[in-house]
Amino acid sequence: MTDLSLSNRTIATKPAPPNAATAFRFPTQWIGVAPFFIFTIMFLILPTLYLVVGAFQDGDGHLTLDNLLQLVSDPSISNAYWVSIKISFWSAIIGAFAGLALAIAIVRGGLPNWIRSATLTFSGVASNFAGLPLAFAFIATLGRVGIVTALLRDVFNLNIYAMGFNFLTTAGLIVVYLFFQIPLMVVIIVPAIDGLKKEWGEAAATLGATQAQYWRMVVIPVLWPSFLGTVILLFANSFGAIATAYAFAGPALNIVPIKLYSQINGDVLHNPQLGYAIAFGMIVITGLANVFYIWFRTRSERWLK
Amino acid sequence: MKSGKFWAWVVFALSAAYFFIPLLATFEFSLRLRRGVHSFDAYQIVLGDPRFQATFMYSVIAAIFTIILGVLVVVPAAYWIRLRLPQLRPIVEFITLLPLVIPAIVIVFGYIRMYGSNSPLPFLASDLGASSLLVIGYATLSLPYMYRAVDTGLRTIDVRTLTEAAQILGAGWSTIITKVILPNVLIAVLSGAFLTFAIVIGEFTMASLLNRPAFGPYLQNIGANRAYEPAALAIIAFAITWGCMSLIQILSRFAPKSANRPN
Amino acid sequence: MVEPFLSIQHVRKSYGTNTVVQDFSLDVEPGEFVSFLGPSGCGKTTVLRMVAGFEEPSAGKIVVAGKDITRLKPNQRNVGMVFQAYALFPNLTVAQNIAFGLKVGGMNKPDADRRVAEMLEIIKLPQMAERYPYQLSGGQQQRIALARAIAPKPKLLLLDEPLSALDAKVRVSLREEIRSIQKKLDITTIFVTHDQEEALSISDRIAVMYGGKAEQVGTPFEIYNRPATKFVANFVGTLNVLEGTVTDAAAGTVRVNSEQVSLKGKLNGSKSGDTLTLALRPEAISLGRQPGRDSSLSGEISEVHFLGSVIRVRVGIGGNTVSLDTFNSPATPPPAVGEKAEISFSSDDMLVLH
Repeated sequence: MTDLSLSNRTIATKPAPPNAATAFRFPTQWIGVAPFFIFTIMFLILPTLYLVVGAFQDGDGHLTLDNLLQLVSDPSISNAYWVSIKISFWSAIIGAFAGLALAIAIVRGGLPNWIRSATLTFSGVASNFAGLPLAFAFIATLGRVGIVTALLRDVFNLNIYAMGFNFLTTAGLIVVYLFFQIPLMVVIIVPAIDGLKKEWGEAAATLGATQAQYWRMVVIPVLWPSFLGTVILLFANSFGAIATAYAFAGPALNIVPIKLYSQINGDVLHNPQLGYAIAFGMIVITGLANVFYIWFRTRSERWLK
Repeated sequence: MKSGKFWAWVVFALSAAYFFIPLLATFEFSLRLRRGVHSFDAYQIVLGDPRFQATFMYSVIAAIFTIILGVLVVVPAAYWIRLRLPQLRPIVEFITLLPLVIPAIVIVFGYIRMYGSNSPLPFLASDLGASSLLVIGYATLSLPYMYRAVDTGLRTIDVRTLTEAAQILGAGWSTIITKVILPNVLIAVLSGAFLTFAIVIGEFTMASLLNRPAFGPYLQNIGANRAYEPAALAIIAFAITWGCMSLIQILSRFAPKSANRPN
Repeated sequence: MVEPFLSIQHVRKSYGTNTVVQDFSLDVEPGEFVSFLGPSGCGKTTVLRMVAGFEEPSAGKIVVAGKDITRLKPNQRNVGMVFQAYALFPNLTVAQNIAFGLKVGGMNKPDADRRVAEMLEIIKLPQMAERYPYQLSGGQQQRIALARAIAPKPKLLLLDEPLSALDAKVRVSLREEIRSIQKKLDITTIFVTHDQEEALSISDRIAVMYGGKAEQVGTPFEIYNRPATKFVANFVGTLNVLEGTVTDAAAGTVRVNSEQVSLKGKLNGSKSGDTLTLALRPEAISLGRQPGRDSSLSGEISEVHFLGSVIRVRVGIGGNTVSLDTFNSPATPPPAVGEKAEISFSSDDMLVLH
């Protein structure tokens, strides 16, 4: 099961026990974490920094903003960013609300217990079922000769392609991305909903609150940080996704990760500096989303430990 | 109360339709290779394809090395932080979450530029080096899952007390790690491992950009050139993912229950 | 007799074939503090939850101040409730928690602020207004929960094992505080607990419950000293149980381990030769013959436990063991194991259990 939560609890830290010896026994103290730090610095932080620095340099290593300006001035690149942001934003928002609704339905809806456990198991699987196989599944379903496409055409006389449906449209990709976005929301938010104590609702009721008041004043504020954190995660999740879209149309589809993929592969024009800038732009966008999340949470959620 | 239950059923039914129709349709589609009748021909062709076997084996081996590397990097760090350096926890947690924020394609782009053939550390100069870099990349991608799984496992067994108890009984460090800590977090490590396997097995971006003969690029190639085989592959991939998740669930039943300390 | 404020009338609750509460009736006077005491699963919490409105009775009705509230929703009943696990809203400050009921009740802000300040004063935590629940200890959280429950001036205060999650010291001080606040505000209160000492120390009346029924309802004094049933006698306080045989029903004499005890007027129609279950509280027994004690039995000291201010002694009498407490006095050495001993008691204090 995807046991990761960007939610509040994971960040909870215990104060370190006072340990006077720490300062003196530096080397041995660090030995256990050394592999971790060496690994992540070499293979996560430095490569990323390399691109970030490269984004501000020209081919000869001089400081420049040209690469970054090109992101804005080149309409095909700025358009790719725009499409990517739109797809990621809407697939995150729709996925988040649909996932929340499903989570509430299985946890609080009074459905039989097996539905809850079956849904959770399935969500664990589906949230990890992405990439190429997901695209294949949707091509077999809603592709030009897909089963459902044929069914709609022959039985209901509905030609969805004539109506403008296409996987390469924003809406088409969103429909596909929801297949992993919704389950990911379910997997993360169900524990948060489970964390809502039954007594809170009862206390609110004895104090005279209606169900709506209880939700507005307690449930939504309590779930909000986990929910928002997951929305950001869903956003980043689809913003970096490439394989699914690539399977639909190869390099033709104009979204940022495919743009970058083409740059790296040299399909279009080989200009590493521009590649750095595109990568930097991607980090900035997912990074900004997280900064927004952290800023929002520290501002409004002082009650979190 | 009544209407709440009604809406719960509606939401559930809509979700079930959204998730099951594509799976059923894909399955149906995968059986259509032979005109006019349902057959498993597509599966036969795929499974009999030597390229399928070669690339799948390559990815399985890459996944196994990824898991070993992940364990070597994560377990000592998580253990040490629980035991000695709790003040580092926020930094380490932040780092382990980075791969969720930095897209895989960005990370691998960094590798290509930093560890290219002409760099001081020319991973990409040889096949073995490039494969190692792929394993490293996968280990990076799985970092958030691996760390979380192991850390949760360590939390439930209260490593500090266990370690101190072992030390009082005269155990050395190697004994503590191999006889006390590892058996107790084995389940957690395995959970992380199967999740890693599920993520890595069909991974496309890194394998393709590092030009490795892995399962992901093979899938892409089949997808671009065939009609029914991709559907069969999608079903196979779904089954593999399902298998990994089921193993994690089964394992979680054997996990040690939270001992004396609730947090 | 004062008109009952809360009247629980022949209430039953079953889940399918499983009956948790069977025919429970109780009248509570205005301002009274009544405890439901019993082991877990005895139905005490279910009755409380029916009064709060979380469970609907299968039969019977609940009347508050002359109004039938049996089918009313919890949020229309105007009861205050305190839970075992505090149940403070984690996203609200202490002041906002206390103001919750006032806010949803439509009270304007200045009035609500005044009421919150007043409540914080009552629970003696005025400096905590801006804290969040996680910053408070268990005892503080439970006091806030109490303030939150009483802030909207409920007709009834329901306390569901409010002290069970706290450590022993806090438990004692908080129960005294609950009682004094309850008296000061004169609020009718039901208190559910499985701790007999708690129930005895703060209640006006106790309903001892077992198997979904009230075994006995009475003042703490009555419950302790005149338990109506074997269950009540055993559950409340420590009890020494002895077997006796009626030797002469008319004269009221009973043989206990070859010695005669007179229990005139207590035999309730038992015949000669019947076996009786007799009980004595440890504090009703003295070591050695004492003036004013009309009965005695002899035996041998089997255990001595020094507990500080008292010494608990166990005396074997035939096949039975009797516990008794003597005060520690620095001048006299404690009794020794193996000594022959005589115990004396007043036959009035001996309970015949039915």
